[in-house]
Amino acid sequence: MDLVDRILGTKAADSNGHTPMDSGLITDIAALTTPRRPGLWVPLARVLQRPHAIEVINGVFDKFEELHGDRGYRDDPAVVGGIAELGGVGPVVVVAQQRGSTTEENIARSFGMPYPEGYRKAIRLYRMAEKFHLPLVTLVDTPGAYPGPEAEERGQAEAIAKAIATMCGLQTPIVAVILGEGGSGGALALAVGDVVLALQNAIYSVISPEGAAAILWRSATEAEKAANALKLAAADLLRLGIVDGLIPEPAGGAHTDSAATIAAIKTAIVAQVDHLGRVPIADLLSARYERYRHIGTFVEPLAGVVAAPKTEPFWRRMMRGI
Amino acid sequence: MPFGRQRKEFPSHLWTQCPTCAEMLFNKQLARNNMVCTKCEHHFRLGARERIELLADKGSFTEHDVDLVSGDPLGFTDQKPYPQRIQQSQAKSGEKDAAICGTVRIDENQVELAVMDFDFMGGSMGSVVGEKLTRAGERALANRTPLIIVSSSGGARMQEGTLSLMQMAKILGALHRLDEAGLPYVSVVTDPTTGGVLASFASLGDLILAEPNALIGFSGARVTSETIGEKLPKGFQRSEFVLEHGFVDQVVPRSQLRDRLAYFLNAFRPSARDLRWSL
Repeated sequence: MDLVDRILGTKAADSNGHTPMDSGLITDIAALTTPRRPGLWVPLARVLQRPHAIEVINGVFDKFEELHGDRGYRDDPAVVGGIAELGGVGPVVVVAQQRGSTTEENIARSFGMPYPEGYRKAIRLYRMAEKFHLPLVTLVDTPGAYPGPEAEERGQAEAIAKAIATMCGLQTPIVAVILGEGGSGGALALAVGDVVLALQNAIYSVISPEGAAAILWRSATEAEKAANALKLAAADLLRLGIVDGLIPEPAGGAHTDSAATIAAIKTAIVAQVDHLGRVPIADLLSARYERYRHIGTFVEPLAGVVAAPKTEPFWRRMMRGI
Repeated sequence: MPFGRQRKEFPSHLWTQCPTCAEMLFNKQLARNNMVCTKCEHHFRLGARERIELLADKGSFTEHDVDLVSGDPLGFTDQKPYPQRIQQSQAKSGEKDAAICGTVRIDENQVELAVMDFDFMGGSMGSVVGEKLTRAGERALANRTPLIIVSSSGGARMQEGTLSLMQMAKILGALHRLDEAGLPYVSVVTDPTTGGVLASFASLGDLILAEPNALIGFSGARVTSETIGEKLPKGFQRSEFVLEHGFVDQVVPRSQLRDRLAYFLNAFRPSARDLRWSL
């Protein structure tokens, strides 16, 4: 039996008769139609009333004890983390990016843009999860890492790089959920996982559409065109194999019915954490390596190999198989 | 021009003006001095091939993964289509993409060397660069040799969208394995190294060496001023600044780079005693 089969190997359903991917996730690429016009993707993911991390944490987990500080400089309010009780599974470590629902809150949390100490707090909690064999759940929602001079002085790039590298080798299951906006490296520092899920209207991009428009079109007003070209909508991410499944949202978007959205997030997280917890760590790490190893599109004429686009990457095959 | 002094003739294919000391430099002499100003030691950017020649023992370079070329996964078009941009860059630079990888010897140490090429689309990292660097890391692991990556890049390549972003995780995955195997990874940071490249492999070497006065920073000046409405102070994000804040080990002038690398590689080489036990 190959690795993939072993990892997903549990073709058997759990005691409730559910298999992990039954948990209401959208994984069928063929059935996907990218909804609405591209101009709405970005505003919808950034709606102020959209359920943010703390609201999601309080809804998904039975109990949440927040832990503060990076033990080096200060506590970054843009990153929220702690130990939470996941119903039916047990304690997990949660690390999330929190943006505000009001202007005051947004200013206090620097609009969800973490400073280096935010990422160092995240790294500390990742290590804690590893040490105590707790699954790690991350919730991603940020326009990007804070780009100011203080952040540069304290090593923003190093903090992000270390967070990504730590997640690559972390010896515990990781489930990452992109709630709203996944902005570039600042999001990836929380988003390396065994399973990466996104809400149906989330976006995830290498650069903000405004930034891309300013650089490539030399005009910030072309952001809509840039958003379309960057393929940053959740449906495109699923198609490209960057996320493994989409969590459905109510028809008008997550903000129209937060309770239903949070319930869907909970179902998905419980199913994934429960499933990954049964996979041996060594297999999990190999599969995590392979998951990222195969992302990318290039042509190698002399080797006669066209690596991508594969119609169905293996991790999706894994997920479908479950 | 009866009253003016006759303008001196400095045809640009023969002469380059140093931006720091304004000295006119004869191009051939500049190239012979590895693109360092002979008067004030201003470091011009050095091409990837020239960099390999500078670092490797003579004739020891064996290139790998020569034929990897980029696809167009998103069907990306801005001012012009992405495949056209790639073709133009290939025609201009003569390279297939923005990284050159190979096995070299540096002072008799076998090393995997990967050099990024800023002339190719700003050294941006897409799937090809990600794949090449990952393979270089995996080769280093398989052969149990050190890995050196010389960065020179604006960051992740926008034209491949989120796929470019994922290359950061891909390369760091390989570097993590290298780290666990106890093999040295040296990051050499040259002008400019920013964005997703600095926020991944360039910042995580066992050793990080920077060239003098190189631009090293996470966010570009434009992003900073647009996002938070502040201007970065002068001298910010330069090698010396980054050294002062503790994020690189040394700032090494180009003329000493090879010897410095050789010294560290020799120091990291497992001693004869360890080798005896591993036999």
